[in-house]
Amino acid sequence: MIGTARYWREIPQRYRYEAARCTACAHVAFPPRTLCAKCRGRAFEPCTLAGEGVVETFTVIRVAPAGYADEAPYAVGLIRLTDGVRLMAQVVDCDLARLAIGDRVRVEFRRIRQDGESGILCYGYKFVPAT
Amino acid sequence: MREVAVIGVGMNRWGELWEKSHRAIWTEAALEAVEDAGVDRVDAVYVGCMSGGLFVGQEHLGAMLAGELAMGPIPGVRVESACASGGLAFRQAYIAVASGAHDVVLASGVEKMTDVDGAAATYALSTAADQEYEGYHGVTFPGLYAMMARVHMHRYGTTRRQLADVAVKNHAHGTMNPLAQYRDPVTPEQVMESVLVADPLRVLDCSPITDGAAAVVLAPVELARRLARAPVVRVAASAHATDTIALADREDLAWLGSTARAAEQAYAQAGVGPSQLSFAEVHDCFTIAEVMVVEALGLADRGKGGEAASSGYTRLGGRVPVNASGGLKSKGHPVGATGVAQVREAVVQLRGQAGERQVRGARWGLTQNMGGTGASSVVHIFQGEGRR
Ligand SMILES: [Zn+2]
Repeated sequence: MIGTARYWREIPQRYRYEAARCTACAHVAFPPRTLCAKCRGRAFEPCTLAGEGVVETFTVIRVAPAGYADEAPYAVGLIRLTDGVRLMAQVVDCDLARLAIGDRVRVEFRRIRQDGESGILCYGYKFVPAT
Repeated sequence: MREVAVIGVGMNRWGELWEKSHRAIWTEAALEAVEDAGVDRVDAVYVGCMSGGLFVGQEHLGAMLAGELAMGPIPGVRVESACASGGLAFRQAYIAVASGAHDVVLASGVEKMTDVDGAAATYALSTAADQEYEGYHGVTFPGLYAMMARVHMHRYGTTRRQLADVAVKNHAHGTMNPLAQYRDPVTPEQVMESVLVADPLRVLDCSPITDGAAAVVLAPVELARRLARAPVVRVAASAHATDTIALADREDLAWLGSTARAAEQAYAQAGVGPSQLSFAEVHDCFTIAEVMVVEALGLADRGKGGEAASSGYTRLGGRVPVNASGGLKSKGHPVGATGVAQVREAVVQLRGQAGERQVRGARWGLTQNMGGTGASSVVHIFQGEGRR
């Protein structure tokens, strides 16, 4: 379902963890947007997201969508980074039974999945326990 | 703006309707509504459908379904707002009549979900979330609601048992609805021991995959009073609000801002508050959804939505019955049809025609239909005028 151009457009966010900081109010948009959600400003400068954060909430996916079944069960959570940005990502290399709200995690670059139709290997950020 | 009434309702038995096509399911409900209204024509057709494209490979539903009515070249409009498509189709029809653009309008919803397999249905539903920044990471809809549930439980102490009590209540109501997909009661133990889908949500916390349609006919209230075929049901309020599509962008993960905002506007329009409602039909796509909706509608304080189900407050016979129809949980959830079926239930209740599940003395009813994780919410309030 993911065509080459569509995948390529998101590479700055997925490979380089790139966000956009509003030059007017310093709000960080991830992913980057045309208008700042806080002040409607249009000028941004690129920035890199913080590498650490805490788990604000999570679930363990037992019934996975097509393309992810081999990974199940796996945890997906909302991570609040130390720079204040919140994003959704998988939490891996952890004990699923002991994962909890408030756990500290750090980002790693991992393979997300292989797309069945286009054969694209999809990469991106995942989080692992911060020790 | 003119005052508007609902003058006809139609709905078929919902379920896995393998022998019926998308258009046949829709036409059954639409004709029933037209016949119930006693009109020989409608001026326009609005159709709520989330994904004719992904479920049956058919778009252009406005023209296709208007054609099924065989009423000539009338306008046909398809409305999409994920699982709120039906509620929003009703609202667009309401605006058309209230504004004077049309007089008699059919508002309808349909979804044919069982022509594809489970994985394809899960994918189609997942398109209501942010595809690049939620779906890409392997999250499902139950997964997104599970994340909201976990915050609610962590912050307010909402229990696993309270979530189960929502399912138990709605299935108990559904046993009294002859059109419901699942008419079997469930016990709290069955819910809490059912298969885990996305922790902490289990399969009996989730609404099912369903084929079905619902339709209603709207007209100016003056016309409804003249026709006087059934007790008049007036549309007292219509409101719609949105929120961020991605959960990550929400200020508060345990609060449905779009529902609260739409409800606030609807209460102001109708001139009633939550304490005056006789009943509510709400979007219980997952048990946690009803818990959070009940709070956003002001039927329970923040954090007390679970208690509302467990205490019997929202049970039939309780102070404000919620989902007397069985809700999405028991009645089924053909996504585009759900919002219109809620309106149908409100009308049937306010006419006093709900049989076993009738809310006694029903006078004011609210419907709340929601898309995605609450990125869209549509709220309507109806007033029954009784038999004249
Ligand atoms: Zn800004």
